[in-house]
Amino acid sequence: MVQEDLEGFIVKRFTRGRPGDDEIIRSNIEAMNLGREQAASSGFNVGTLPEPHRPEWAQVMIKGNDALSLGAMAAGLDVYIGYPISPATTILVYMERNLVQDGKFAYQASSELEAINSVIGAGFTGKKAMTATSGPGFSLMSEGIGMAWMTEIPVVIVDVQRGGPATGLPTKSEQSDLFAALNPAHGDAIMPILAPGTVEECFYAAITAINWSERYQGPVVLLSEMGLAERAQNIPKPDLSKVVPETRRVYQGNNGYKRYDGFELSPMPLPGTPGSYVANASEHDAIGDTTHLPERHVQMTERRFSKLELLKDGTYESDNAEQEIMVMPWGSSKGPVQEAYNQLKEQGLPIGWFYTMYLHPLPPKLLEELRQKELVIVPELNYQGQFASILRSLGVKAEAITQYTGLPFKVRDLVSKITERVEARREKVVTV
Amino acid sequence: MSGSNEEYDFKWCPGCGDFGVRRALEWAMTDYLTEEETPMEMNVVVAGIGCSGNLVHLLEGDQPYGFHGIHGRSLPVAMGVKMARPELNVLVVAGDGDFLSIGMEHIAPQAARNLDVCCVIMDNGVYGLTKGQSSPTTEVGIITSSTPYGKPEDSMDPLKYYLTIGVSFIASGFSSKPRDLSKLILAGINHPGFSIVHVQSPCTTYNDVTDVLKGNARKGIKPLAYDISEDHDSGDAEAAHAVMSAPGVPLGILYENTDRPTFTQRIEDTHTQAKPSTPQELLNTFEF
Repeated sequence: MVQEDLEGFIVKRFTRGRPGDDEIIRSNIEAMNLGREQAASSGFNVGTLPEPHRPEWAQVMIKGNDALSLGAMAAGLDVYIGYPISPATTILVYMERNLVQDGKFAYQASSELEAINSVIGAGFTGKKAMTATSGPGFSLMSEGIGMAWMTEIPVVIVDVQRGGPATGLPTKSEQSDLFAALNPAHGDAIMPILAPGTVEECFYAAITAINWSERYQGPVVLLSEMGLAERAQNIPKPDLSKVVPETRRVYQGNNGYKRYDGFELSPMPLPGTPGSYVANASEHDAIGDTTHLPERHVQMTERRFSKLELLKDGTYESDNAEQEIMVMPWGSSKGPVQEAYNQLKEQGLPIGWFYTMYLHPLPPKLLEELRQKELVIVPELNYQGQFASILRSLGVKAEAITQYTGLPFKVRDLVSKITERVEARREKVVTV
Repeated sequence: MSGSNEEYDFKWCPGCGDFGVRRALEWAMTDYLTEEETPMEMNVVVAGIGCSGNLVHLLEGDQPYGFHGIHGRSLPVAMGVKMARPELNVLVVAGDGDFLSIGMEHIAPQAARNLDVCCVIMDNGVYGLTKGQSSPTTEVGIITSSTPYGKPEDSMDPLKYYLTIGVSFIASGFSSKPRDLSKLILAGINHPGFSIVHVQSPCTTYNDVTDVLKGNARKGIKPLAYDISEDHDSGDAEAAHAVMSAPGVPLGILYENTDRPTFTQRIEDTHTQAKPSTPQELLNTFEF
């Protein structure tokens, strides 16, 4: 490597504003030079590397969990409360250190039960609030998530997936929490879900998660993965001037307000201002008093589901969209599947590509296109083929390619498995 | 709001202690607002699940903000509200089942933080809403619908438990003395830190101990509840422990410690040490 680059790295790494920085830098450079001399005199040759490729755009090197944390902050996050759990702990650690502006704070709760219920309390007062956890903690939070849905309180729950049920595989990656993320709570409730597929998408998914929760006044699940959380990667530096934080509609009238009136979203009163009501996790009437009248339960159920209509602004990628057979990965499988797809496309296999991180609600136009396809192949890291199953329930002819090793897909496995599926389909068509 | 809301059909049984607690709470909140010259919407009442939690719907007059959540989690919700908006006055109303059984794990962390909320706990020694099962404060051996051969567990002593884990204000009240109780609640609200007003609030349907607490001369029953001596030193933890250990149910402020920083102050202190950075500054640290 170029001597100046290495020296530059050492200077940057050890310039920490402490006494003795100069001495540390000087001795490190000297140690490096001694190493070079030693290597040169030994006759050992490591060869030379090509000049590093420098793109025209500014870059940052960042891990998925840091990108996610920064995205949430860029969207105006006020309150973060979490409990340590692999592989979500680094979000808690980053927030504790950095979410310290006036009126903002991060805090380590005594359990996931405390974490979810306290972020809901914060959301109730008007703050943008978030917690992050992994599978076991997400299970503990399920009743609270149902409460956020029922009381119509904006809150973001990050589930950085690891492997397996129960304690499972804490340090391995899997995409097996999708069913749980969609329906974590008992009763009629369904979660909006964002599932980033790259480190860069972790940043933007966090912004959308906060925005969605504020816009529809309810819980949003951000489904990340171990494989993204701890992966450090160069990404184009996000342009924060283009981030548009959204804030909930706030009630600004007098007392006597019917907070839960009607079948659609309504402005939310905040404690400290007129418009008091009871945020009620029991089925309730317009002012938040408990009720069991059938027509009320009908109204409130339809009201809660109708608000999902506000979240149908997701985007998606498509390539060769005229093909009858498509591949459509989700989450971190995007990378290896994209590579396999590119190889197969080059070989002339008749397939197309769809991808979105907006898993629920799906972008309506994408769903329309998906329903017209002969076959949608969904490579995913779980046993049940969870996303493929959800797509089938939406009227899409989806089939999963599954893997449940706790490891990511290998491109060569995907190439052969996708080819098999495509050929099997063609034979079937010919037979008919 | 139930008086004016026909749709809300929950009712406490006639003679329920919770009526007295509700009245006392209304008086205490009104007095607090007069003292502070703030409107009712500065109050947030976080309720547990059980007969007691319905209090949040039954308040008369000006309405505070209410939060009627899930069973056992009133304290974490109250913590989120108070941390997010320290200027709000936050109260918890819950029963012995909600607070001391399913919600038990949330009390000690708040005592350690000295979260500045006031909890009004209605102890009736039974699960009333689900029709009479045993609770942590039901006496050992008592027959209830879930303990047909007598309750196998010893009853817990909430007051000693609060003292042990470091609750910084502990008062004991009785629903049949709402005037006294309202003063205890007001003192709890004004206490800088975590306060619990533990109230004997008898269930007239499943565990009626009103006579036992109040006494009944006609039936020859001596009262268990008594006002603590004016000489009691509530700043002395050992004196508090002695009162809690003596026979009977002591009424009054048993313990208070105003020397510890509140949770709000602790968070503010953290912020004075921290150097805030904007998201842009934070993002720039990842450049290379």
